[in-house]
Amino acid sequence: MNITIVDYNSGNISSVINSFKEVAKDKVHIEVTSDLNKIKLSDKVVLPGQGSFKSCVDALSNINGLVDTLNEFVIINKKPLLGICVGLQMFADIGYEETETKGLGWISGKVSKIDNQNGKYKLPHIGWNQLKIVKESKIFKGIENNSHMYFVHSYEIIPEDKSVVSATTDYSSSIVCSVEKENIFGTQFHPEKSDKIGLRIINNFINL
Amino acid sequence: MLKNRIIPCLDVKNGRIVKGINFVDLKDAGDPVEQAKIYSDGGADEICFLDITASNENRDIIYDVVAKTSKKCFVPLTVGGGVRSVDDINKLLNCGADKVSINTAAVQNPEVVLDSSKKFGSQCIVVAIDAKKNENKWEIFTHGGRNNTGIDAIEFAKKMELSGAGELLVTSMDRDGTQVGYDIDLMSKISSKVNIPVIASGGVGNLDHLVDGIKLGKASAVLAASIFHYGKFSVKDAKEYLNSKGIPVRI
Repeated sequence: MNITIVDYNSGNISSVINSFKEVAKDKVHIEVTSDLNKIKLSDKVVLPGQGSFKSCVDALSNINGLVDTLNEFVIINKKPLLGICVGLQMFADIGYEETETKGLGWISGKVSKIDNQNGKYKLPHIGWNQLKIVKESKIFKGIENNSHMYFVHSYEIIPEDKSVVSATTDYSSSIVCSVEKENIFGTQFHPEKSDKIGLRIINNFINL
Repeated sequence: MLKNRIIPCLDVKNGRIVKGINFVDLKDAGDPVEQAKIYSDGGADEICFLDITASNENRDIIYDVVAKTSKKCFVPLTVGGGVRSVDDINKLLNCGADKVSINTAAVQNPEVVLDSSKKFGSQCIVVAIDAKKNENKWEIFTHGGRNNTGIDAIEFAKKMELSGAGELLVTSMDRDGTQVGYDIDLMSKISSKVNIPVIASGGVGNLDHLVDGIKLGKASAVLAASIFHYGKFSVKDAKEYLNSKGIPVRI
């Protein structure tokens, strides 16, 4: 099996690479590339993302044909894709970080700043917070409700159709932190930095 | 709910762990990669490396230490010390650091904070503030605590938040290495002035000091070096103690 981690200059992806390689060992080939053909031939794709919604969307768009290739992979070929952090946020139609920016539109909804209740809650939301699993997700196999995951973000995805939400976490309000829609998976938290439980989520995705 | 973090810090010089008393008189004690792994297996919420290598020719050793650690530890890794430019930050992130802490450069050239947070995102930019009390205010020190800039620490903290810092690592120079506890006044004043998380550092000698840092100092995370490093307490001891005092921690 081939898994591609999309390298599109979206900031630091070393930890994502290290964690996937740790879990995959020699059983699965992990490719880190923006090469369109390699992505097309992959069995699964990981879409990381750090920085702002706008900077990530811009970086994706800057690579000629990448957005089309991802659309084909996900929407036409229905192959599994895991978005992490801003990688997940980009599934939405629109994001409001820096300026209004169009997303990939795979999950109807928007990405807005977390309401910090006039400074009552610090932003970014940094640290370990608990998963409230609201529906069964294939990537949560063997993961207990209330498990701790590592978060670092100031914006949240707000899907129109709540049935795609697989987990939320409590910070100022109930924040969507994981989605599953058919072959599309996303986590707002960082499984690659969430210790052994995070690695298990990565393992679940690899074993889909 | 969001948990308060416990962050063991390792001072690294020429690729080896050291811990100083008031930033001088260093004792050697071990391999940072192995120690970081012990901490992460023991439940550390994050690991911090502070590189205090002075000579330029040995600067690159830290990149190797970071690269090795990030292949073994799957919790966030913050690296600071000697970070001068956007390029330095880029190199550390590429080696596997998740966050980079900037100290002297943030004071001398705040553009570094602005530029790097734009380029890499605020989530990986930590500004380290080393402050010392002078009458009724705190002043920023740079160069590992050797230079007094006379800059007011609280105003500087606010400025760094506006420049794009994602977190502030606040060290009391008066307390560092003394084991008499954090400078609670300093921590709570900064924490109440900014909307980004504050990591308290400098002076931890027992577990009550960690409790005070969070309860009284309003810190989101507490950093300590020697109490963990010399085996006085394990990270697990610290978490269980904080939990018993009603502080939310990841157990």
